[in-house]
Amino acid sequence: MKLTLHVWRQKDARDPGGFKTYQLEDVTTHMSFLEMLDVLNQDLITAGEDPVAFDHDCREGVCGACGFVINGVAHGDQKGSTVCQLHMRHFADGDEVTIEPWRAKAFPVLRDLVVDRSAFDRILTAGGFISVRTGSAPEANSIPIPSEAAEHAMDFAECIGCGACVASCPNSAAMLFVGAKIAHLGLLPQGQPERERRALAMVEAMEREAFGSCTNYRACEAVCPKEISISGIARMNKDFRRALLSGSNRASGKRR
Amino acid sequence: MKLDARVPAGPLADKWMSLRDHLKLVSPANKRKRSIIVVGTGLAGGAAAASLGEMGYRVKAFCYQDSARRAHSIAAQGGINAAKNYQNDGDSVFRLFYDTIKGGDFRAREANVYRLAEVSNAIIDQCVAQGIPFAREYGGTLANRSFGGAQVSRTFYARGQTGQQLLLGAYSALNAQVAAGTVVVHPRTEMLDLVVVDGRARGIITRDMVSGAVECHVGDAVLLATGGYSNVYFLSTNAKGCNVTAVWRAHRRGAGFANPCFTQIHPTCIPQAGDYQSKLTLMSESLRNDGRVWVPIAEGDDRAPGDIPEAERDYYLERIYPAFGNLAPRDISSRAAKRMCDEGRGVGPGKRGVYLDFAEAIGRLGENVIRARYGNLFDMYERITGENPYRAPMRIYPAPHYTMGGLWVDYYLMSTIPGLFVLGEANFSDHGANRLGASALMQGLADGYFVAPYTLGEYLAGAKLEEVSPAHEACRATLHEVDQRTARLLGVRGSRTVDSFHRELGMLMLDRCGMSRTAEGLTEAIAAIGRLREAFWHEVKVPGAGAELNQELEKAGRVADHFELAELMCRDALARDESCGGHFREEHQTPDGEALRDDESFCNVTVWEHRGEGAEPAAHVESLEFETVQLAQRSYK
Ligand SMILES: Cc1cc2nc3c(=O)[nH]c(=O)nc-3n(C[C@H](O)[C@H](O)[C@H](O)COP(=O)(O)OP(=O)(O)OC[C@H]3O[C@@H](n4cnc5c(N)ncnc54)[C@H](O)[C@@H]3O)c2cc1C
Ligand code: SF4
Ligand code: FES
Repeated sequence: MKLTLHVWRQKDARDPGGFKTYQLEDVTTHMSFLEMLDVLNQDLITAGEDPVAFDHDCREGVCGACGFVINGVAHGDQKGSTVCQLHMRHFADGDEVTIEPWRAKAFPVLRDLVVDRSAFDRILTAGGFISVRTGSAPEANSIPIPSEAAEHAMDFAECIGCGACVASCPNSAAMLFVGAKIAHLGLLPQGQPERERRALAMVEAMEREAFGSCTNYRACEAVCPKEISISGIARMNKDFRRALLSGSNRASGKRR
Repeated sequence: MKLDARVPAGPLADKWMSLRDHLKLVSPANKRKRSIIVVGTGLAGGAAAASLGEMGYRVKAFCYQDSARRAHSIAAQGGINAAKNYQNDGDSVFRLFYDTIKGGDFRAREANVYRLAEVSNAIIDQCVAQGIPFAREYGGTLANRSFGGAQVSRTFYARGQTGQQLLLGAYSALNAQVAAGTVVVHPRTEMLDLVVVDGRARGIITRDMVSGAVECHVGDAVLLATGGYSNVYFLSTNAKGCNVTAVWRAHRRGAGFANPCFTQIHPTCIPQAGDYQSKLTLMSESLRNDGRVWVPIAEGDDRAPGDIPEAERDYYLERIYPAFGNLAPRDISSRAAKRMCDEGRGVGPGKRGVYLDFAEAIGRLGENVIRARYGNLFDMYERITGENPYRAPMRIYPAPHYTMGGLWVDYYLMSTIPGLFVLGEANFSDHGANRLGASALMQGLADGYFVAPYTLGEYLAGAKLEEVSPAHEACRATLHEVDQRTARLLGVRGSRTVDSFHRELGMLMLDRCGMSRTAEGLTEAIAAIGRLREAFWHEVKVPGAGAELNQELEKAGRVADHFELAELMCRDALARDESCGGHFREEHQTPDGEALRDDESFCNVTVWEHRGEGAEPAAHVESLEFETVQLAQRSYK
């Protein structure tokens, strides 16, 4: 099939950038979306132009590296899927396809479709962990965890850190991502000792970055490739409020 | 090149603990003064960097992805082994050790493999404590599944995303250390060379993948945990960025490369669909617990699978290997699939495929049970192929997946360059000529959490290390070489893309140095690789400049190293004039087509020494002594 692509081109963070239009002739239905871009890039290189830069690695929907907006929808409009898992059979001959990077102040564009998502790492560094020194763990079966609880935690642990939630939110809020980690660890017995301190530290870290606040659009949940539930956000808010009330109001752990 | 494996004396089961009792310690005050470079943030590197940070060392960790959380370990689906014997099915440390060494066709070092089995249980404890949501029984205890090459159920898993969860656990431990100020992570930073000062590894040269800035980082020791080199085949199950550069550059600086020809072609992957294909997708081996593998009995049978009656199907794994059936080890299953297709009984477009059929299991257990076990894998299959595996059998075919070969390390995980440690898939140590499922995650975490952090202390406490700064002559000289190489790649300005060279190399390697190999084919391949490499340096087209985000330049450097590695793989495969595990030399097979080892001549590790540009590499040998296990023909019948 033939496609017309409108692709965001931007040389670096300082370049204002803009769309460029390309025609592709021989797209087959079995190709993945990224393979279609590979084909475009081979053509561009041969023609002496710079190829389109985009992040990707596993191409199996699990590393979270890929991600851009296709016709206005983060990761394209196949539900529960990353762009690397989107195949061209979902497009038709003659389609026009607009491709642009995540748009959010907290995710500056580095080049073309590549953005800087290091703000996510900084939030997790603030508290997205259970402190347990290597070799100091108790016997694994000494903490029985109901299968349902483990599965529920896993529903949130599946987040791949892609950033689609932020990109699709009118406020560029990072709540779905942060809520997913807080819910994952908070649902497990191992996560209880640091639960309040974690919520405080992560929410504070989130507020230090250029993310907006949640006003319940639920756009994040709709595009999330791992279908993370916004109930994680409620859990985050609850843990955060509880932490404020109980007075563990310092990420350093000093209680007043 | 001196190869001293430094295996501790004493009975196999006591070696590790007695060594630990006597390892030199570094005092807390001295640890704070020691800086350690860890390249790679996968299971091996992430776990090591976190553990070393906790111990008080100053750690710099590097990865090429935009976040440490995205290392290729994240893609592992099936699970991780441990000898917990939670299923009460007779498992033990010894049995896990034995299965692993037998699975590797007796080409791994006994003491290393035993230690791996020994620390496996502590890994599960550690991971659970970190909050990894492993699958559980209704009573709240941990669940297990079975994997190929074992008759016990010892694999722990988190849905089909075990690697993801284990990696996020290691990444969270790493983050805790970043917060504590002991670890600094450098993402989007690629190691392009190793700095050796007075014969010791003292630093690395890196390129900032956003700005293109080339820099030197120095340290008291360097740990490489940069993963495997399956991408030499271009199409593999590995992430697109996986590459051999870090390891290869260290090899060129003096680190011996062990058994480069030991590669694993995984039996259950989605077959290639077209010429534009960029990678192959693994369908977890755990599917073979419930899926049955078959091809039509008749050659060229074009009927839809549902129209082929039972009596006209050949469930060939069950037929040939009745004891293990569909759970036969990977090398054996892959070769069997290839044989079926070579006989003209392959299925699907291009006839390079076999069926993996769940109809019987769905009938026995119901669709819901199968959905609960493998739902995400089935969804992935459908997304990629557009076919529904609940209705029709999956089509699968073997694909390059894992590399058992890697840099040679001793029992301490130190390479032939003092101060250079190698962890995880990047080293050669534990899997011999074939790796069993669910044992790479185990090895990565064993090396990272429980081995290297101890053995590194012994090195640091015993070595007199002068202060080295990036202004040191060796650093400047190595950096200059890196700059020249980049300039050379950019300067060719030819007309062929990097990918087109990589594809051609991959096809050649799969054909000649893949699932089956011959002396003739390998000899031809060595010549052909030489020609292709020559063409690469004259015709490749790398657009753009060095001082910018330039993904083609990144790829070009990696492919250039893959060329050199490919040649060494073929040399190694040629020199190893026997069949063992995944290394199948057609000249050496039993009458029924199984790998025929030659223990007289090849019960050893081949370690290659780089002897300079254009010179033939030298082969050295570490012979393998088996004190505990009896060498036997591996039988899964
Ligand atoms: C699809 C798939 C499924 C698998 N499933 C299983 C399974 O179920 N069970 C199992 O046991 N094993 C499985 N494996 C194998 C296992 O995942 C890997 O062997 C293992 O994760 C490797 O871990 P590692 O830490 O050694 O390296 P990796 O996870 O590959 O990490 C390599 C790290 O090195 C960095 N790096 C590489 N080169 C450079 C460089 N030049 N400069 C800077 N950084 C660099 C990368 O950025 C990355 O951080 C699977 C493999 C694949 C491909
Ligand atoms: S919550 Fe969903 S959309 Fe947001 S980062 Fe995680 S996986 Fe991506
Ligand atoms: S490339 Fe890894 S999730 Fe898409």
